[in-house]
Amino acid sequence: MKSVLPVLTIVAAILFVWVLAVIPMNMHLTADQAQRDGLAVSPETPAERQDHSGLGLSLRNPSLLGLTFVQERPRLPSPHQVAVEMWDTIVMKKITSKRSLVYHGWVTLSATLLGFAIGTGLGILLAVGIVYNRAMDMSVMPWAIASQTIPILALAPMIIVMLGAIGIQGLLPKAIISAYLSFFPVVVGMVKGLRSPDGMQLDLLRTYHASPAQGFWKLRLPASVPYLFASLKIGISASLVGAIVAELPTGARAGFGARMLVGDQYGQPLVTWAALFAAAITAAALVGLFSLLERLTLRRMGMVRA
Amino acid sequence: MLSQPTIINAQGLNLTFETNDGPVHALKGVNLEIKKGDFVSFIGPSGCGKTTFLRCIAGLETPTSGAITVNGMTPDEARRARAYGYVFQAAGLYPWRTIGGNIKLPLEIMGFSKSEQAERVGRVLELVDLAGFEKKFPWQLSGGMQQRASIARALAFDADILLMDEPFGALDEIVRDHLNEQLLKLWARTEKTIGFVTHSIPEAVYLSTKIVVMSPRPGRITDVIESPLPKERPLDIRDSAEFIEIAHRVRDGLRAGHDDV
Repeated sequence: MKSVLPVLTIVAAILFVWVLAVIPMNMHLTADQAQRDGLAVSPETPAERQDHSGLGLSLRNPSLLGLTFVQERPRLPSPHQVAVEMWDTIVMKKITSKRSLVYHGWVTLSATLLGFAIGTGLGILLAVGIVYNRAMDMSVMPWAIASQTIPILALAPMIIVMLGAIGIQGLLPKAIISAYLSFFPVVVGMVKGLRSPDGMQLDLLRTYHASPAQGFWKLRLPASVPYLFASLKIGISASLVGAIVAELPTGARAGFGARMLVGDQYGQPLVTWAALFAAAITAAALVGLFSLLERLTLRRMGMVRA
Repeated sequence: MLSQPTIINAQGLNLTFETNDGPVHALKGVNLEIKKGDFVSFIGPSGCGKTTFLRCIAGLETPTSGAITVNGMTPDEARRARAYGYVFQAAGLYPWRTIGGNIKLPLEIMGFSKSEQAERVGRVLELVDLAGFEKKFPWQLSGGMQQRASIARALAFDADILLMDEPFGALDEIVRDHLNEQLLKLWARTEKTIGFVTHSIPEAVYLSTKIVVMSPRPGRITDVIESPLPKERPLDIRDSAEFIEIAHRVRDGLRAGHDDV
């Protein structure tokens, strides 16, 4: 709760900068529209106005400043416009409506969660392989790192087209791209976690003549739990990004990605911005959920001081 | 004491580590016999091989040459037969297990029944004076209590041999005195054979029936002192003339080992 004040301060600062930026960003648009509506604008022709910066134009037309915040298709929407759009599409629309952000959010979220489950499972399996198998230790990590250096934006369409060619469509291709992004932090974190027991703790198990399986279940796995949670928090947000990116290149008709694309292509910036914010809020909620799970689990395990 | 059987027997033990700076002779020509019920301290400066020797007994290191038997077996066989409990320098309790859970760890691995586990946990906690702390997590205990819990863990499966590698090295003097006293009582009650690594002269003299003085480069035994002190030892025995005399002999042994390097 101590973090409330600092967080609110930062939010206020961001909003302040945002509101200030709206004026010059939208001034040319506003001036054009105002002229069509019969208001006096200086200078008088659009060509002349192009020679002025947004800021310069704003200073010459102080009477138009208020109008920059209420443009129908602003270059930069004002915060309240985004808020109103979100209210309309989240709360006021039935969730079965194609314009409901809740509907689109669920489409993206289901792919995110499936992809996250696949990615996490794969990441843990790879990490166990790396820790217990020398050949995998030598070979897997460079490939895992290489996989993350390829821009996902370039790879996503290929994956979706190729999967489509073999008849896999719908949720799974998106989930696979989510998994592609989320397995990596899990591999890295789990390898570190499974290797975190020191020589003394491993020697202790040797003095008990413990089997490798006992070493895994009783020492390495529980020791890796804090590392796993750190990875899961990165992995879940990467998963969401993956699902959105997967919706962009394929002309998906539903999902946050589809809304962003629609807003862009049909000149409805508010739609894009609302989808962007909804996605950010979803990501924050998911990370928050895992933080909570982390705290509860570690407390139950006795690994944090209650 | 004379009629007691030999538990640990090392003859001509050598151990060389290959390092980037050339071979390091961790142990050279070590001969030692430990009888059942002995309390043997290994004392010497760092690098004298005292911990390495303890690890050889435990089968955690393999000697380069020479012979060593534990209960008449090779150390590795003895380790597989769970012949000893080992106490490390740090308590090394699992933070995600309660004190009771930590003591159950070897019992679970060795396949004791649940009821037997519970019974044994209760018994060894009593033995190290930690009754009532079973449900606490390690962080809720002081360093000295944690180390006592780790001793309880080593005692839980009733091995005849207890190997301790500087178990009280990280604790302060007062806690250490207290734990030394408790350890002697525990030894008297359980009649275990104890191998104890330390670099404190008073600790070695106070605890041991046999003090093995070692020196470094190469790691070797320079003196073996059979302590004439009685088995019953109050803390103030450390002011007696006998005690001081043994401490002198240990110090001389340590110094001699240093001179002929």
